[in-house]
Amino acid sequence: MTTTQKPMVASSNPTNIRPTWVQITLWVAIAFILIFSLGPVLWELLTSIKTNEAITTDPVVYIPALDQYTFQHYIDLFARNHFHRYLFNSAFVAIISTVLCLCIGAPAAYALARLRIPGEQIILAVVLVVTLFPYILLFLGLLELVRAAGLANNYLALIIPYTAINLPLTILVMRSFFQQLPRDLEDSAKVDGYNTLQMLQQIVLPMTLPALATTGILAFIFAWNEYIFALTFITRESMQTVPVAAAQLAGTTLFDIPYGPLAAATIVGTLPLILLVLFFQRQIVQGLTSGSVKG
Amino acid sequence: MAKLEVQHLNKTYGRTIVPVKDMSFTVDDGEFLTLVGPSGCGKSTTLRMVAGLEQPTSGRVMIGEKDVTHVGAGDRNIAMVFQSYALYPHMTVYDNMASGLKLRNMSTAAIQDRVADATRVLGLNDLLNRKPAKLSGGQRQRVALGRALVRRPDVFLLDEPLSNLDALLREQVRADLKQIFDAQSTPVVYVTHDQTEAMTLSTKVAVLHEGNVQQLDSPRNIYDRPANRFVAGFIGSPQMNLFHLSCEGNAAVLGNSRLRLPDRFAPPPEAVLGIRPEHVRIARPEDTETLEGKVFLVEHLGMSNLLSIQVKDSDLRVRALLPSDQTWSDEITLALPSQHRHWFHVQTGDRFPDAVPSRVS
Ligand SMILES: Nc1ncnc2c1ncn2[C@@H]1O[C@H](COP(=O)(O)OP(=O)(O)OP(=O)(O)O)[C@@H](O)[C@H]1O
Ligand SMILES: [Mg+2]
Repeated sequence: MTTTQKPMVASSNPTNIRPTWVQITLWVAIAFILIFSLGPVLWELLTSIKTNEAITTDPVVYIPALDQYTFQHYIDLFARNHFHRYLFNSAFVAIISTVLCLCIGAPAAYALARLRIPGEQIILAVVLVVTLFPYILLFLGLLELVRAAGLANNYLALIIPYTAINLPLTILVMRSFFQQLPRDLEDSAKVDGYNTLQMLQQIVLPMTLPALATTGILAFIFAWNEYIFALTFITRESMQTVPVAAAQLAGTTLFDIPYGPLAAATIVGTLPLILLVLFFQRQIVQGLTSGSVKG
Repeated sequence: MAKLEVQHLNKTYGRTIVPVKDMSFTVDDGEFLTLVGPSGCGKSTTLRMVAGLEQPTSGRVMIGEKDVTHVGAGDRNIAMVFQSYALYPHMTVYDNMASGLKLRNMSTAAIQDRVADATRVLGLNDLLNRKPAKLSGGQRQRVALGRALVRRPDVFLLDEPLSNLDALLREQVRADLKQIFDAQSTPVVYVTHDQTEAMTLSTKVAVLHEGNVQQLDSPRNIYDRPANRFVAGFIGSPQMNLFHLSCEGNAAVLGNSRLRLPDRFAPPPEAVLGIRPEHVRIARPEDTETLEGKVFLVEHLGMSNLLSIQVKDSDLRVRALLPSDQTWSDEITLALPSQHRHWFHVQTGDRFPDAVPSRVS
């Protein structure tokens, strides 16, 4: 017995050690990637809660000491700069344009995926070409349009372009999603007696939610972060969006760069996006269609 | 209860794509029609036209003497089971079964009654609150079946409902299916490419090939008297031996033996002989038309042995199914019993008319 056990012990030792080495390397790698990609964000976060003195002292303060913490930048942001107003503007524009984008894009994608439309390939090609345009190129033309339509300083001046810019991607992504939805499900619903509207609402829509959430988040992030249009089409200060307002934060003097408030504005502007993604991550249940069909 | 009648159905997708050419059949109450045929022969297309999911290019579909060709799928009062089951993934088993009834404004009590009936038959009682993702393949298949049963439709349509199950389960569910549908007197149209299913389940079988019905008959007749060469080769496993033979007088030449053709028609120059492996046997002393050959391959099938035999003085090969307790020598002499021979026309592939006395004049 002992002779058979010895080699077992001997052979189990290296197998015990090797995984720990692998694990150590793995964790080092993970830590490195985390620091590398989250470093700037962390720096912003720390800057936003440091006192002005701590921000500007010469030996750089990385981790502030206890007496160097302050929430003053955040308080200033809302009390002095009315940041809640810009947050509302951004949210309003982003939400409306996202909803519009999904409401127009999803039915279009469904039609392109399911109906035999003459010229379908041409339509798809056009949609694809539109996504290839750098949107900055459209900027001057749009400016003229906005002026001509008298939309300057109107939320519509942002909502309409944002919706239009996000539509092609929404249509392409949703179309490929609809194409891989099993057709049998819709046929089955028809045999069961659903009419087209009921079928779309009660059978297709619930299965489409993950794709809607994904494309919706992309559209929302674009609209939330967009800067150029928001800067030029909206000049009235009370209607500005977060990125514009953050960029226009001014210090007390011309040469004083307000690092603290800027960092706080960045954090406040990013937080909604992070929350949104975290929230929908739980909603995007992977493999929602699994179980309906086999294979 | 309603009779299903399909008249001259045709579906044309393009000039060269005509999956269904001219399809006619009727299914009465209590009848179980199976559409069987190789892949791509138009089985599913036919079924979808009966269901109303596809508009026929021409032809009519009648359910209970009513023309429903232009009626939508939801208003035909049919139920369909799909090959992929097509269960609604976001609904529980109960809701999957009940949804079609709810749409018809049936009372909750009545719905519960019907679902309870179906789940009892199918043994789904414990699964009613599960989502399809948490079911096994066999359970999903039964839910799909239950969804059709609770509807109490005028016609049941099933498109390869067993093809996603493993062999053992398939056999068991096949038996269940037979019981369930024997207890109903509703017409059933069942699509499969599995001939065992076709033979065991149906009262009538339609063998399809290239968009046409090759033979529409009882399973017995399809097996015993295949209407043409295609049906002969398609139905039966192992496959029927089919030989293209030349004729001398009223006998066909196979190796160095002469096989008498059926009487009473002018002997053709050539003919196709068909004989099933299970009907080929080792010759007995009293047999006259025998065939000599050499065994070159033996496959053990459990109950029987499948022998492949090279015919002497010929490049033809015969396959014979012998009971496993029978012994043989490599140099073998076979008999092809004349009552089990099938003769087909070389060009048309049609079966030679049998020597029925009434046809003689
Ligand atoms: N929408 C369509 N457009 C063009 N051709 C089609 C269409 N649907 C089916 N076909 C063609 O019709 C033929 C018959 O298809 P069908 O689905 O009826 O075959 P099947 O007998 O059910 O085969 P299987 O046993 O593989 O399911 C196929 O050759 C297929 O390519
Ligand atoms: Mg099919």
